[in-house]
Amino acid sequence: MSEVLLDLVDIKKSFGDVEVLKGISLGIHKGEFITLLGSSGCGKTTTLRIIAGLETPDSGKVLLDGKDITDMEPHKRDVNTVFQNYALFPHMTVAANVGYGLKIRKVPKETIASEVEKALQLVQLPGYDKRMPSELSGGQRQRVAIARAIVNHPQVLLLDEPLGALDLQLRRQMQLELKRLQKKLGITFIYITHDQEEAINMSDRIVVMNEGVFEQIGTPDEVYNTPKSSFVARFIGNANIITCQRDGRAVTLAVRSENILINDPDNCPYTATVLEKSFAGGMLRVVLRLQSGEEIVASRHGINIKTEVGETVHTGWNPEHAVEVEE
Amino acid sequence: MKNRTKLPNIYLGVILVIMYLPIVLTVFYSFNESKISSIWGGFSLKWYEELMGDRDLKEALRNSLILAALSCSASAVIGTLGAVGMSRIQSKSKGIVEYISTIPIMIPEIILGMVFLAFFSLLGLPFGMTTLVLAHTTFCIPYIFMMVKARLIGMDKSLEEAARDLGASPVRAFFDIVLPLIMPAIASGMLLAFAMSFDDVVISIFVTGPKTNTLPIKIYTKMKTGVTPEINALSTVILVVTVFLLFLSSRIKKKQK
Repeated sequence: MSEVLLDLVDIKKSFGDVEVLKGISLGIHKGEFITLLGSSGCGKTTTLRIIAGLETPDSGKVLLDGKDITDMEPHKRDVNTVFQNYALFPHMTVAANVGYGLKIRKVPKETIASEVEKALQLVQLPGYDKRMPSELSGGQRQRVAIARAIVNHPQVLLLDEPLGALDLQLRRQMQLELKRLQKKLGITFIYITHDQEEAINMSDRIVVMNEGVFEQIGTPDEVYNTPKSSFVARFIGNANIITCQRDGRAVTLAVRSENILINDPDNCPYTATVLEKSFAGGMLRVVLRLQSGEEIVASRHGINIKTEVGETVHTGWNPEHAVEVEE
Repeated sequence: MKNRTKLPNIYLGVILVIMYLPIVLTVFYSFNESKISSIWGGFSLKWYEELMGDRDLKEALRNSLILAALSCSASAVIGTLGAVGMSRIQSKSKGIVEYISTIPIMIPEIILGMVFLAFFSLLGLPFGMTTLVLAHTTFCIPYIFMMVKARLIGMDKSLEEAARDLGASPVRAFFDIVLPLIMPAIASGMLLAFAMSFDDVVISIFVTGPKTNTLPIKIYTKMKTGVTPEINALSTVILVVTVFLLFLSSRIKKKQK
């Protein structure tokens, strides 16, 4: 895990007047599953396209295995992409789609046929080789797109929100399958998503992106439990961001909603009014307004918060659950 | 109130009769036994037989076919390259260039014909098949250009990127992915261009030489001595060919959707 395979060095990119990437740097290890997590427009797709060679950065470098590939054309890079909309060639069969990369590299026909079969088996679509993309369901197209990329055994596989168009159940299943596939093949995966659950489930490391910068890079555990900035705390796990005084200076704290206490005998120095109560996804959410005017959210599994809207309650949190973050 | 709903249908009927009656009459009289157009002398195919025996006409037909084939092929290459090239440019002048490229359709044919005549004599080109092909190619390009452009707009850009990503050079990606996908548009544009070239009179008259006759020119010159039933037969043949080509073109266009 220690060997850096892909190195992004201070990459900047603008489209017109909009600076999409503001100098990002990242070393990605061999065999790592790394996720770029951020909302739309944060620059994650642009980062991926720069690694694939479909965009050229304005400044900075991309190194693959120590070699500078910043200006190398996409077809010469040992990197393959699974596109967001799959981008299957509509006029080719599944087999021709999957075998396209091998055919270009002039691999003998028999080898292509057996490699394609193996790849289709890996994505659990054996026997689909003669179908046309239009005859497949969304999930099946997704698998073909993955097979088409992994059949080339690239050093790095880029996945641009590959599960975005699938329904929730299929998405969960594909998450597990992708993770399993990545372990089995040992290929470095760079994965893009805006779904924090997906990122936490699959990644070795998560890169949280916001407005063209990397806010935090760390393991799922690190970004979840010790967010560096208020953005990360909010984006991963919907934490409350609270400003308060500590040792005579203003600090910003992130406290996850499940750790907000209500009418607890200890640790409840604040008075708050209950604004709202709602139940969703097995969780009861209570919105509280502190005397400072700040609103915070408390949540519990089940419906075990005994308060009513309009009531005044005491609230607070156990100090060990509060993480100090940058504003 | 009932009359009101009928009125549009009557209007439509009148318009259709006015538009298509001459065509129907031409086809009808081409099977007329009598030599005088206005008198019906019974059904006959003799004008078609006469047509088959006319050497001049055969020569003209051959010229027309060669001309249409050459100019629609040349315009297919130029029009396709133009549309593909334009789809990759992101510049402010793009709109203007696209507009200029389609202007030959809008300029009156007689003006185009005169312009070609003046230009070719300035260059000192020998008038004949060469000048015909050059002129026809020019006015056929917009048809291909517009068809291919429309297809490219609807095409997913990431398909080509996917090919590049899988190791295809730009040229390879074009031939493997882009070309097969825009082929229906090229084919339908070519059929349209073929039909346009095949029945063009005005431009052809200006740019042809003394020895090269195309079928429409032949008809036009024959007409000077009055409408003979033979012309009716010839017009019917051209009509059938043109309608068939346009039908094919629209079929291909429908299929690609």
